Amino acid sequence: MRLELRGVTKRYGPLVANDHVDLTVEPGEIHCLLGENGAGKSTLMNVLFGMARADEGEVRIDGSPVRFADPGEAVAHGIGMVHQHFMLVPVFTVAENVVLGFEPTRALGFLDRRRARADIRLLSEQFGLEVDPDAVVEDVPVGVQQRVEILKALQRDAKLLILDEPTAVLTPQESEALFAIVRSLARAGRSVLFITHKLKEVLAVADRITVMRLGRVVGTTTASESGESELATMMVGRAVELVVRKGPARPGAAVLEISGLTVVDERGLVAVDGVDLEVRAGEILAVAGVQGNGQTELAQAITGLRPAVAGSIRIDGEELAGATPEAAIAAGVANVPEDRQVDGLVLDMAVEDNLVLDIFDRAPFARHGARDLAAVRSNAERKLVDFDIRAPSVLTPVGSLSGGNQQKVVVARELSRPVKLLVASQPTRGLDVGSIEYVHRRIVEERDRGVAVLIISSELDEVLALGDRVAVMYRGKITGVVDPAAGRDRIGLMMAGAAADPVAPAAPPEAGPPDRPETGAADPPEAGPPACPETGA
Amino acid sequence: MTPDVTPGVAAGAAGATAGGGPEPAVPARRNPLRGLVEANVVVVTALAIVSSLLIGGVLIIATSPTVLHALGRIGSSPGRALGVAGSTVGDAYAAMFTGAIVSPSGLGHAITTGHGWTAVLTPISETLVSATPLILAGLGVALGFSTGVFNIGAQGQLIAGALASLYVGFEVHLPIGIHLPLVVLAGAVGGAVAGFVPGYLKARTGAHEVITTIMMNYVFLDLLNELLATQPFQQPGQSNAISRSMPATARLPHLFGAGLRANLGFVVALALVVAAAWFMRRSTSGFAFRVIGSNPKAGRTAGIDVRKVTTAVLVMSGALAGLAGMATLSGTDFFLSSGYGGNIGFDAITVALLGRNRPVGVLLGALLFAALDVGGRNMQAATGIPLDLAFVIQAIIVFFVATPALVREVYRLRETGASLGQVLSKGWGG
Ligand SMILES: Nc1ncnc2c1ncn2[C@@H]1O[C@H](COP(=O)(O)OP(=O)(O)OP(=O)(O)O)[C@@H](O)[C@H]1O
Ligand SMILES: [Mg+2]
Repeated sequence: MRLELRGVTKRYGPLVANDHVDLTVEPGEIHCLLGENGAGKSTLMNVLFGMARADEGEVRIDGSPVRFADPGEAVAHGIGMVHQHFMLVPVFTVAENVVLGFEPTRALGFLDRRRARADIRLLSEQFGLEVDPDAVVEDVPVGVQQRVEILKALQRDAKLLILDEPTAVLTPQESEALFAIVRSLARAGRSVLFITHKLKEVLAVADRITVMRLGRVVGTTTASESGESELATMMVGRAVELVVRKGPARPGAAVLEISGLTVVDERGLVAVDGVDLEVRAGEILAVAGVQGNGQTELAQAITGLRPAVAGSIRIDGEELAGATPEAAIAAGVANVPEDRQVDGLVLDMAVEDNLVLDIFDRAPFARHGARDLAAVRSNAERKLVDFDIRAPSVLTPVGSLSGGNQQKVVVARELSRPVKLLVASQPTRGLDVGSIEYVHRRIVEERDRGVAVLIISSELDEVLALGDRVAVMYRGKITGVVDPAAGRDRIGLMMAGAAADPVAPAAPPEAGPPDRPETGAADPPEAGPPACPETGA
Repeated sequence: MTPDVTPGVAAGAAGATAGGGPEPAVPARRNPLRGLVEANVVVVTALAIVSSLLIGGVLIIATSPTVLHALGRIGSSPGRALGVAGSTVGDAYAAMFTGAIVSPSGLGHAITTGHGWTAVLTPISETLVSATPLILAGLGVALGFSTGVFNIGAQGQLIAGALASLYVGFEVHLPIGIHLPLVVLAGAVGGAVAGFVPGYLKARTGAHEVITTIMMNYVFLDLLNELLATQPFQQPGQSNAISRSMPATARLPHLFGAGLRANLGFVVALALVVAAAWFMRRSTSGFAFRVIGSNPKAGRTAGIDVRKVTTAVLVMSGALAGLAGMATLSGTDFFLSSGYGGNIGFDAITVALLGRNRPVGVLLGALLFAALDVGGRNMQAATGIPLDLAFVIQAIIVFFVATPALVREVYRLRETGASLGQVLSKGWGG
């Protein structure tokens, strides 16, 4: 299928989200769409998929103009979309989700499960998308959920697949598997439109690359013609430092002391298993690990969102295990939660209100129980400039901001009050390179001001760039605390379960599980895209 | 509140990473989206009212024998048939209007002669009297809804408030300046206690407030019946289930003289509309309530105690419902009888939906509801069209307001931004 967008324009009030965008996707092409946060990528895809109506311009499929009133029509024309936030029914099985809306039925309208399952097997073999049709969606990892979304699109015979930031929530291995799928789709003659902020991925999979800025297309290029820094410059309109520049840490007294911490997850399984950890004032401890190894629960325990089953969490000597989130905040803990839309923001409230969500009842934002709206507003106006948050106004509901700008609202809020400990989970998820640079710089500034910083990230690049020390978490345990100079490969192996190198400095003596085996049991993470040269600080 | 943001600020934001180059600035003025959505709410509500009056007209025609008879001969005299249909509907709605608001001829007469003002003002006074408890209980329900708490127990809380007011009314003997405020306070406290129970249960055990508040309705209904038949509540020397009556010092004073029933209760209700609007918009607690109402998880992460908020909101909601019970008791009824409060506690839910959980919306919704009620009675008296028709119109209005998508479809309106239905459907999962 050959897709052409001509002069597509979409306005939201005075804001022009797409400004006469032209874009062509050839059959069998993997086309990457790049652009700053708020550049209008998702909007363009929504127009294409019939979820938003363009004010001007036209969409042509194989030369003939089309107009979609709703996603159903787009699907009928062979377009499939995997949204940034999945649209699956958690309690349904994989098979049920895939056929939902297009169910094969037997007489009397009964669902033909056998045929559904068989269809899915066939498709998954054809494209190498491994799934168990009978697994319940909420029980499978997000990488598999993503495959279900893709299967759903393929089952409706999508000739053009749109993937909006598909790798933001994937582990490196899952991303690599996704690229393999994308390539096999392209070989089969289908087209893929791929949105991402990760330049390495773009260079690894794209046939052609279109860059957007402020609603317009600023250029089209190919992977072979450009490198990461060219792409970054094209996107942001200035040179971007892809490496964080930071001086050596000058750690002070211990701020966060965790010992023997055990935490269970929703199902009552041990997620954090007797962890000991220390973060000192003025240092950044980065916790690396493949998602789902207990990092989420660790962060939740520290911020008071999840009770500790055993062990202690002390902040400046004050015991916080079992405390409420209020107590943690009062003790000087800031928290950038992992999922901005679930835990970080109130989507239908204004940007200005979201920027004071955890300090709304203190001076200068409130006095004697009354909010000072002028203070709230001027705070928001300042933050919008400081963090380059692209919002039509401080009164806009935060939910209508682009994904990356929503993330910036959370980060801006948490970085703007004096704290002792900053806990940040996936702090740059969904951010463009320019914003990552800025957020990283701000985090380093916090460190230099004497804040103890705990970063939890599944991005090895981020861990290596920010961490003064790197703790690797595997199956609920800290398998070692190493110097980032230990290197990508070493840390990658530890993330897959290998024990710490005993020569690593600052590694606590008890590091490493008693059962040492498992080395190489799982594939080494980050096997994929070109190894990055900018590792280390 | 000044919603204006200087354009320069956002322009600066847009240009910050771009190095201040000649980038097209992201324009920032007053957020246009919010205005549109708001306007849309008003438009949709207005259209809902118009539509239901139209459907009501059709129903009047379809149920009126005279009109049907004339329509049967539409072939021979079409003009007459349509004339009859038109005048029947017109008379009905005119009777509704004069019954609920004012009679234009009576007004003219009063202005020219200077007499008969009481008769002229009676309809509006009655509408205000009917609206008062709906405003108060509606505010309570709306407060809960916007916090994601479904208080279906306004009826029980209203009875609790009335019982407390009554007790303080007949048991305490003080000058009106002290006695009346105590009676009002007792109403609020009675309702608050009734609201506290489900609030506490939810906070402690997670028991869903929809179930517990409904059950509390039965508790108070039966408690009322029990107390009406026993001392000290029962009117001495009575075998009927009728309570003692409120002494003069426990009655809300009339606003426009003894001839009109409009009383201070309406002023209290108005004051609380203003207070509730301020509370939700400007107070820190109101902010916490709204956060919990739209995303409790984010609220918890930000350090808001969800359990405290849930309990507090049910207490406040109950207090407002309790005041509704007090207002009717010491404003117009002066004693309690079996089935006290009628349907006010449930109509309050409708009024809250009609007003989209905004205090001013509740005020307008309650006035509309009361006007339909009071006007409907006059329509029945004047034209013989059953009062039920007024209730049908009420129901159709609510139906349309609760399904904005339908109204938009019917009138081919474009959707602007956030869907209205969301507000109403949120929170049941809690
Ligand atoms: N429903 C909406 N109402 C109002 N404004 C909107 C809406 N959707 C998007 N916008 C605005 O359009 C602009 C483009 O947003 P879009 O989501 O397309 O950005 P994006 O390129 O996908 O960014 P990101 O990389 O952060 O996801 C943003 O400024 C956003 O605030
Ligand atoms: Mg986007």
